[in-house]
Amino acid sequence: MTTPAKTSDAADAAEAAGPKHAGADGRPEPSGPARALRAITGELRRMPYLLLLPGIAWLIFFFLVPLYFQAKMSVSSGTLDKGFDLTWTWSTFSAAFEDYDEHFLRSLYYAGAATILCLVLAYPLAYTIAFRAGRWRSLLLVLVVAPFFTSFLVRTLAWKTILSDNGTVVGFLNTLHITDVTATLGLTEGDRVLATPLAVVTGLTYNFLPFMILPLYASLERIDPRLHEAARDLYASPASTFRRVTLPLSMPGVVAGTLLTFIPASGDYINAQLLGTTRETMIGNVIQSEYLRVRDYPTAAAMSFVLMAVILVIVTVYIRRAGTEDLV
Amino acid sequence: MSKQGRDAGRVELTGLSKRFGGFTAVRPTDLTIPEGSFFALLGASGCGKTTTLRMIAGLEAPSTGRVLIGGQDVTGLPPHKRPVNTVFQSYALFPHLSVADNVAFGLRRKGRKDVAQPVKEMLELVELGHLGGRKPAQLSGGQQQRVAVARALINHPQVLLLDEPLGALDLKLRRQMQLELKRIQTEVGITFVHVTHDQEEAMTMADTIAVMNGGVIEQLGSPTELYESPKTAFVANFLGQSNMLPAAVLGRQGDDLALDVHGVRMTLPASRAVPGSSGSSRIVMGIRPEKITLGKAEPDDAHRNMLRGIVSEASFIGVSTEYRVRIAEGSELVVFSQNRDDERPRVGDEVVLHWNPRHGFGLDAGQDLDAGTGEDAL
Repeated sequence: MTTPAKTSDAADAAEAAGPKHAGADGRPEPSGPARALRAITGELRRMPYLLLLPGIAWLIFFFLVPLYFQAKMSVSSGTLDKGFDLTWTWSTFSAAFEDYDEHFLRSLYYAGAATILCLVLAYPLAYTIAFRAGRWRSLLLVLVVAPFFTSFLVRTLAWKTILSDNGTVVGFLNTLHITDVTATLGLTEGDRVLATPLAVVTGLTYNFLPFMILPLYASLERIDPRLHEAARDLYASPASTFRRVTLPLSMPGVVAGTLLTFIPASGDYINAQLLGTTRETMIGNVIQSEYLRVRDYPTAAAMSFVLMAVILVIVTVYIRRAGTEDLV
Repeated sequence: MSKQGRDAGRVELTGLSKRFGGFTAVRPTDLTIPEGSFFALLGASGCGKTTTLRMIAGLEAPSTGRVLIGGQDVTGLPPHKRPVNTVFQSYALFPHLSVADNVAFGLRRKGRKDVAQPVKEMLELVELGHLGGRKPAQLSGGQQQRVAVARALINHPQVLLLDEPLGALDLKLRRQMQLELKRIQTEVGITFVHVTHDQEEAMTMADTIAVMNGGVIEQLGSPTELYESPKTAFVANFLGQSNMLPAAVLGRQGDDLALDVHGVRMTLPASRAVPGSSGSSRIVMGIRPEKITLGKAEPDDAHRNMLRGIVSEASFIGVSTEYRVRIAEGSELVVFSQNRDDERPRVGDEVVLHWNPRHGFGLDAGQDLDAGTGEDAL
């Protein structure tokens, strides 16, 4: 009963508002301010999409389109001179796996080792900056990112000098017989550190350390110091406070840091090239040489895809296990 | 275990002080908080009350002095080795743990394995039995507050410390939680040391209040004692409202002091004046606004103190009306008058103010009479 009454009321009201504003279809047009308001709200609704546009465009042109060409290339065959044809040759993938399985494994091993080393080095540092640095906090953060002011290549080359056979570092390690221990573990060879797995892992650790420190710092810094006090008040020793409160609350930072370190490290080739030998070749080196030296584009593309897939699987399993769904 | 006797919950502070760099937060303080009492440390922000509490908890190391709990010196003990627990301001619940795990935290750290039953009982005590599986972020402010209380109480501390526990709640909920906390304290019977800036909260809950100002305890006593017989202008203003009348001491008449207030003779029992002040020639007489009777005619009882004035402001509050009465140039008295009579004085009316001399209190004249009023007293 009420509905029809309301409609007629509304119609009456519209009529009373004045037929002056009636549009071509007989319905009243909204007045000036109302129209402006509607235009503004319409604009506001579209705003988020407009803001997303540059990012989406970037992803389309610089990720999706290249990915498409790479996918096409991976199942093509031919040579650079005669051109590549889409032949749906899947054997490139299996061949890449068979020929370079050892490089894949080595990459994951080196990247994993560097990630763990980064975590061990970065956590105490990030913790100190977040909770103990006081007025030195900003300066320490600047120092953490300071290496970025020099190029990646130059920094890696510097390690060549640092780890050189006659350098002080190696001399020191020799005196302490640390090189003997690492040699037994297969990390170094003889009295040398350069051109060994240890050198490559050291380089990777050094280069990706800031990517571990920054997310760790961000998540530690967010922890309310009163939670530490509450834990201490509830009979938790300092060690127990760390294990039960600080560490669990910093897990998002641990996961973000390890991903930001592991993913680029497993695809890296500069460290292996400058600090290692052919025995330390990583998958990144293989892809690079397939592209630029051998110019076997299909193999390089296929290997890139395999590397991507392997990392994707590892990361998925890792995030599931770490249980930080709210991170991604 | 011998320390777990009748006085296990007694807190003694001897010469306790705290300096932060050049700033003295707490001046050397001696204080004994008896076992089983609900003790409030009341004061404006920055008065040192929270620092005192944190020194009892072990979260702050004192610069001088000692802290004894149940007769045992705990000054050098870290917080996790002290038999006290704290309900933190804004609660500090562990966001990654469920409500039940938050409550079980202390017991687990002490190595208890069978925590399910005590946790259930404690959550029921604070009426949250059904919410054990939730995360703190999924609870309302009042519920989080109760979790914080349960998390501390489950450990059966010898002393429970509460740092502005109700500060984050709205007025209605705060009233409700005041009664709730009082009920819990009566039920469990352990010593509560409660830090607050809210005088009403302190008076409602505590049986003893220490009013702190500028790092010292200005006065210690029961809520009625502090309210009826304040010893300093700060206490008189911080707890409720007070009228302050500078007076000249004319002499002594038996047990009373004869005073000259704005040219009017008045009396004040000598025992109600702060010791020392009765000997000097100048004094400040204080009188609470609700103790003053406002009328048109002079009182029959000639012993009552009396002043004449003109109503300059009248604000109707409901149960009472707040009047401002000008008694001399630049001097106004505040009067709360119950709305019992049909005919109430209006602005501009000439009125007579009178009160029982025993309701007045005498303060030392050499102090800031506005101490404890205004912004910092919120």
